[in-house]
Amino acid sequence: MTAALLTSDTQVEIDRLRERMRRMESGQLGSARPELDSLPGLSQVIRLRAGGSYQVDSASLALALMAGPSRSGAWCAAIGWTDFGVEAAAELGVVLERTILVPEPGEAWLEATAALVDVTALVLVRPPERVPEALAAKLSARLRKRGTALVALGPWPRCEASLSIAEPQWSGAGRGEGHLRARRVVVEVRRGTAQPRRTALWFPGGDGAAVAEPVCAPVCAPVCAQPVEALRVVG
Amino acid sequence: MRTLVVWCPDWPVVAALAERDLPGHLPAAVFVANIVQACNGAARDFGVRRGMRRRDAQARCPDLVVLDQVPERDARGFERVLAALEELRPGVAPLRPGLAALKSPGRFYGGEPEAGAVIAECLVGLGIRDVRIGIADDLFTAEQAARCAAVQESLVVAPGESGVFLRGLPVDVLDEPEAVGLLKRLGLPGLADLARLPLADVEARFGTRVAWVHRVLHGADARPLSTRTPPPELVGQVDFEPALDSAEAVCFSARQTAERFVTRLAERQLVCTEVVLTVEADGAVASERRWLHPRWFTAPDLVDRLHWQLVGSLRVGDIRSAITRVRFAPETVVPEADHADGLWGGTDARVERGIARVQGMLGHEAVVAPVLQGGRSPADRQALVPWGERATALRPRRLPWPGSIPPPAPARVFPAPWTAGVLDAGGRPVAVLPRGAMTGEPSRFKPGEGEGWQPVAAWAGPWPVDEQWWEGGKPLVRFQVVGVDGRAWLVTFDGSGWVTEAAYD
Repeated sequence: MTAALLTSDTQVEIDRLRERMRRMESGQLGSARPELDSLPGLSQVIRLRAGGSYQVDSASLALALMAGPSRSGAWCAAIGWTDFGVEAAAELGVVLERTILVPEPGEAWLEATAALVDVTALVLVRPPERVPEALAAKLSARLRKRGTALVALGPWPRCEASLSIAEPQWSGAGRGEGHLRARRVVVEVRRGTAQPRRTALWFPGGDGAAVAEPVCAPVCAPVCAQPVEALRVVG
Repeated sequence: MRTLVVWCPDWPVVAALAERDLPGHLPAAVFVANIVQACNGAARDFGVRRGMRRRDAQARCPDLVVLDQVPERDARGFERVLAALEELRPGVAPLRPGLAALKSPGRFYGGEPEAGAVIAECLVGLGIRDVRIGIADDLFTAEQAARCAAVQESLVVAPGESGVFLRGLPVDVLDEPEAVGLLKRLGLPGLADLARLPLADVEARFGTRVAWVHRVLHGADARPLSTRTPPPELVGQVDFEPALDSAEAVCFSARQTAERFVTRLAERQLVCTEVVLTVEADGAVASERRWLHPRWFTAPDLVDRLHWQLVGSLRVGDIRSAITRVRFAPETVVPEADHADGLWGGTDARVERGIARVQGMLGHEAVVAPVLQGGRSPADRQALVPWGERATALRPRRLPWPGSIPPPAPARVFPAPWTAGVLDAGGRPVAVLPRGAMTGEPSRFKPGEGEGWQPVAAWAGPWPVDEQWWEGGKPLVRFQVVGVDGRAWLVTFDGSGWVTEAAYD
């Protein structure tokens, strides 16, 4: 009993000290790093913090993370994305006038990222190779200084959180009829070694509404019971 | 007031040949709706005449150079002539491309024939061989005198002799087809006959223009020339002596010129949105490029563009020798007020600087702005425009684009499609026949090299498209395919095999 109480006290103390260290690292002692805006459907899954680095495994999820700050007037950049889906980004709410793309930075991807970290609120990166930890730490210091968030599509060392998509299920398509309309996914958020937090979402939601919606929302019913309307070509 | 008229006959043909760098002695004609509008002397020697149909003209002269009518080109070409005339004598009145009038320099060149000779010599120096000059008391007589003059000669009508000179001409010079026809039918073939009629009757029967000629015949016209003010010189250029061979050195030396260029425009409340940068090496144009700016050019923008152009041209080998001259020519200028910043900020200058740094590192095409446009495939529906350039020739999005894939749009659009494979239940590759029928239902597929084979969980389509078949385009059939792992792809059958164009990642 006593032992259990002690461990919980210690845990709280450790957490407090960690928080203090994190603030000192960021150079803004006393003020927590502000949160970036996020899409309404995603805000319960994750809220990006200015200066943090995140890792995702899905292009659409990365675009959705970008849409939040972009919609509220911030500049965003994507580096190393040769296959950036412009229309999907626009559907998710990314403002294209404030989006900078560097599709093929080649060897200089890190320099390009560093230059754009200085001027934007969120940077999407697809690193061409494995990123050494020292390099990530150096970039991380710059991120904290400038208050920019980094979202990496692919592995990124020492990231604040890692987001992945599990159990995707598309609805709308049959055996030749209909078309893709909505996708039910489970978004897993891993922070450090803790157990992943799983949230089920409709992402994108039904009928072109590309925002994410929680599964319990009423959109569930109409999407599941899609009427089959398209003609089928008989071979 | 003595007036001097400079006439360059067949100006549309001369200007068109000069612009296409063709020699002036070739038979050539300018056509409008397949009718000869103007032709040169060489074509006339073959029997080509104004108003002739194109096939008749070409039958008489198979080598005839056929030119389109471009009024802007004629005016642009004549601007050079006007500038040369203004050097000799200010106060030039352009009448139309090919014809200009100025106050006759009476004694400056030692007399009127001498002045005519100086002007003719100057224009021949510009490469215009056929110049004729007429000098008389008034504009109309001077123009007629120019038309009567020989090549590179001037015809001087002495003061007070206009009436005598004009009376010897036929009525055809009036340039009023109805009046000319009527005068001829009335048996009055010369201007002398017209001069004998009473003025009131001429005005009542033939209109004001003929009445005005009638007054000229009696020596009563004295209208001042409406001369032009020379347009301001906005082109900025810098010469390098000795010649420079590195892009950095040229940009550094051109910085002041760029600033002067922008300031001179700003003094007239103008800003430049389109500029032509010309780089000359060894006296010949080595690289010329038109640059557009989404807002307007500032001096650092111009230097950036110059740097990009130089680096690009040096890399591909357009510029082989040292650079002797750089020219900034404004192509489009607009009033400053059209582009004024709002009181509360415009584009973030800090962001522009960050982008400029990346462009400095990777070249200016490396940073792009995403734009949407119309089209059928996901790759067609987007465009990547180099940062700092204006998007041009985008397809409109409002058109229906039948055959396009309904939303949601794929998050990954591959710049080069992946080679894919789609098999039916029997393990045979699925094909789409020309009539749209499929040889089997997809049951297994492989989206690309890095991905493995997997069973099809669901599929949708086809969305057939037959674009630009007249230019060798192939009919395409698109499908959405969902694998058993839940990931969806956009695969396309292009007549021979399958490719993956995009992923719903």
